Amino acid sequence: MSQKKSTFLNMALALIVITIVAGFSLGFVNDLTLEPKAKAKLAKKVNALKMVLPVFDNDLVSEMVRIKSEVVKDSIEIYPAYLNGKFVGAAVIGASEKGFSGLVKIMVGFKPDGNIQDIVVLEQKETPGLGTKMKEEKFLGQFRDKNPSSFDLKVTKDGGEVDALTGATISTRAFTEAAQSAYNEYVEIKESLTKANK
Amino acid sequence: MSKTINQKENFLKGIVKENPVFVMLLGMCPTLGVTSSAFNGLGMGIATLFVLLMSNTVVSLVKSQIPSKVRIPAFIIIIASFVTIVEMVLEAFIPFLYEQLGIFIPLIVVNCLILGRAEAFASKNNLKSSVLDALGMGIGFVIALTVLGAAREILGNGSIFDFKFIPEDANTFILFILPPGAFIALAYLAILFNKLTVKTA
Repeated sequence: MSQKKSTFLNMALALIVITIVAGFSLGFVNDLTLEPKAKAKLAKKVNALKMVLPVFDNDLVSEMVRIKSEVVKDSIEIYPAYLNGKFVGAAVIGASEKGFSGLVKIMVGFKPDGNIQDIVVLEQKETPGLGTKMKEEKFLGQFRDKNPSSFDLKVTKDGGEVDALTGATISTRAFTEAAQSAYNEYVEIKESLTKANK
Repeated sequence: MSKTINQKENFLKGIVKENPVFVMLLGMCPTLGVTSSAFNGLGMGIATLFVLLMSNTVVSLVKSQIPSKVRIPAFIIIIASFVTIVEMVLEAFIPFLYEQLGIFIPLIVVNCLILGRAEAFASKNNLKSSVLDALGMGIGFVIALTVLGAAREILGNGSIFDFKFIPEDANTFILFILPPGAFIALAYLAILFNKLTVKTA
């Protein structure tokens, strides 16, 4: 077993072979994981939808509505829910870039009257043990059955009605901003959702 | 490969005598970054162990075919490929852990522990020694990250592996969950570790 000499040809060949093998194996694994990846994402979304919405019987994922939003760069996804053809609420994705470590993305379920049914945190990179407590019942519970038109979605420090997480006011601000943006979108589109009702 | 290596010692050195975190202080970026809970530390440790094992195996197999002037880029490609595979597999099958570890998974590529073992050990030793070396070092890394994560979680959050043992409203040392706490906890654990092992080493 002698070491290959460092001639130009040897070096080029070695690197070419390694990159080709690496490229093919990555492509192979990518193909292999493509489907489970999509499935995992979808399962997560469907789970979140079931948590924030009242009982429904339509296929939410295929009836999803996308609307352009000025607040967030991305378009906003809205999932209207129907039971026996009657509009029972909608789940709206709200997001804010102002979290302690960037994006906070939540899903808010609204009842037809605008009351919040429930909220689920979809994405966040907040400080573990502080900002991540936004996923806990103790924090989320305070939003339930509140109507953002009367319930001021702001941290108490800023004159609102939301109790901030201990040591994570910035995360809480981002969360409330995301919830507010979701509510704004919901109010805007609500008319068309109830009308589209068969 | 004429000199024979004591394989038991070769395996154990990564756990005690040359523990990558507490003794060699390698791979500090993930060590400090993800150990805010015991579970995160364990997950990161296992991901790194896998990459280390695979890269040591492959490097040891192809070492004689790689001209020494391009060995570093060659090793990096090998390591980066395995890291990407780990990332894709985690995203597909353990999305929860994938989200927790976030940016630190792709950063395994630049973990000097992995390139260090490829360069200093696997490129000079045979397959069996390299695999044992990777297992020893990897397990040492897993243990270190889990212990550090557990220490920070206990002090900072009053829980271990998400199991809370103090009342919901009790005060904890939030400092230990935050980045400065990582440095403090690591320093004390390193002192403790070296104090305990200095006689056996």
